[in-house]
Amino acid sequence: MADAGDNKSVTGPGGEPEKPKPPGYFKGESMTRRTAFMALGQAFGGVAVAAVTLPVVGFAVAPMFESPQEEWQAVGPLDDFTSDTYRQAVVTAVRDVGEAGKTTVYVRRGSADLDEDPEEIIAISSRCAHLGCPVRFYPSAGSFICPCHGGVYDFEGKVTGGPPVRPLDRFQTRVSAGQVEIGPRYSVTSQLEPVRTRDPAAFTGGIWEYLYPPRPTTPPAP
Amino acid sequence: MGLRDALIPAPLRKPGKPGERVNGDGASPVLERAKEAPVDLVGWVDERTGASPFLTGLLFRKVPKGTNWFYTLGSATLFAFVVQAITGVFLAMFYVPSTTEAYDSITHITEDVFLGQFVRGLHIWGATVMVIVIFLHMGRTFFFGAYKYPRELNWVIGVVLLILTMIMGLTGYLLPFDNRSYWATVVAMNITASGPVVGPYLADFLRAGAEIGETTLPRFYAIHMLLVPGLMFALIGAHLYLVVKLGTTAPPWLRAETKPKSLREEQV
Repeated sequence: MADAGDNKSVTGPGGEPEKPKPPGYFKGESMTRRTAFMALGQAFGGVAVAAVTLPVVGFAVAPMFESPQEEWQAVGPLDDFTSDTYRQAVVTAVRDVGEAGKTTVYVRRGSADLDEDPEEIIAISSRCAHLGCPVRFYPSAGSFICPCHGGVYDFEGKVTGGPPVRPLDRFQTRVSAGQVEIGPRYSVTSQLEPVRTRDPAAFTGGIWEYLYPPRPTTPPAP
Repeated sequence: MGLRDALIPAPLRKPGKPGERVNGDGASPVLERAKEAPVDLVGWVDERTGASPFLTGLLFRKVPKGTNWFYTLGSATLFAFVVQAITGVFLAMFYVPSTTEAYDSITHITEDVFLGQFVRGLHIWGATVMVIVIFLHMGRTFFFGAYKYPRELNWVIGVVLLILTMIMGLTGYLLPFDNRSYWATVVAMNITASGPVVGPYLADFLRAGAEIGETTLPRFYAIHMLLVPGLMFALIGAHLYLVVKLGTTAPPWLRAETKPKSLREEQV
């Protein structure tokens, strides 16, 4: 490093006096000491901000990546369910929030008239595929009807009227020791093909599978 | 010396015209001295902060001819915000952001706490009043053309403040955790999720997972009383700074005087 005494104004080639060199100048330097320290200061500041911000953001986002525990809840003996109408069952969708965490499931056996396996148990979610209000099954109409915005679904849960964008979600089912058990939720396409569960209002099937991505921890469709 | 001069300490008084005497009108020395006491105190602070030019500029700034009652809508909005902030702070002393206790704490505020119903009522109705007054303020700005150059940035800040107010309404609605607020939030989250690609992730962030649950309520509470109010305080500061810096506009029905005669008068 050159001395401060070297910083005399030198006459440039054009005869005009050149700017005096800053203290600490040496020949061939690419940035001044001041610029280097400024960059260093900014870098330290950036590291300090990131060290606080990144953990905090991660802390707030973390619950999105928690895998839901696979739960099976018994809803009654197999003999209680028929193929021509639904029985209501109440299961807990979210734990530890009291009544708000419970949801109604409509359960029936597979119907031969609809080309379904009679051994199969069909469990349809009461969560409307429009915006998530609770739908109700009206046996006299053979339809599910949503009180909020007038969505109507047929006996299989396919949309027959109103704003919903896809059929009603379903739950996986199994029979264990004579009891019907309700498992994880899944969504269906308009042809009732199972897909990974989506939020209400999200289209399913085709390109929509990419436009409305499922959350990373969603279990695979059955 | 009028009443106003007695009440406003000298450094904050409207600056006098050159040659005009501001202080000392020949009263008795004791009274004069007593009068000086607040002046001394304000002067002591002013000498150390240099705040008086800023404050006199703020308080005695020029407003255009034709300024009318519609120009108070901004202040009305600010007043509504301050009412929300104050009542909100005191409601927070009794509210419990837990899914099992929130509703009970709300009923406790309404039924048991002294004046609880009044304070909570102010907060609920104040929210509605704030949204109404914001739109009136926005309408005034729009119809008077007050959003035009050089005030576009203030319009943009105002729109951000409007969105933040809507977020306050959305997050505050869940807090009582009754059936109405629960289902309204279910629908609001699903509307959020209906946006392609980012929608599902944004809804997941707000709900802290797939469903509205235990974590959602404290999250909404934190957004409602810490995150968004902090942003709003900062942006209201910027909004007011620009109002003072740029001044207000005259109403559109007043035309600028462009007659050569008046111009000549100015040039003398």
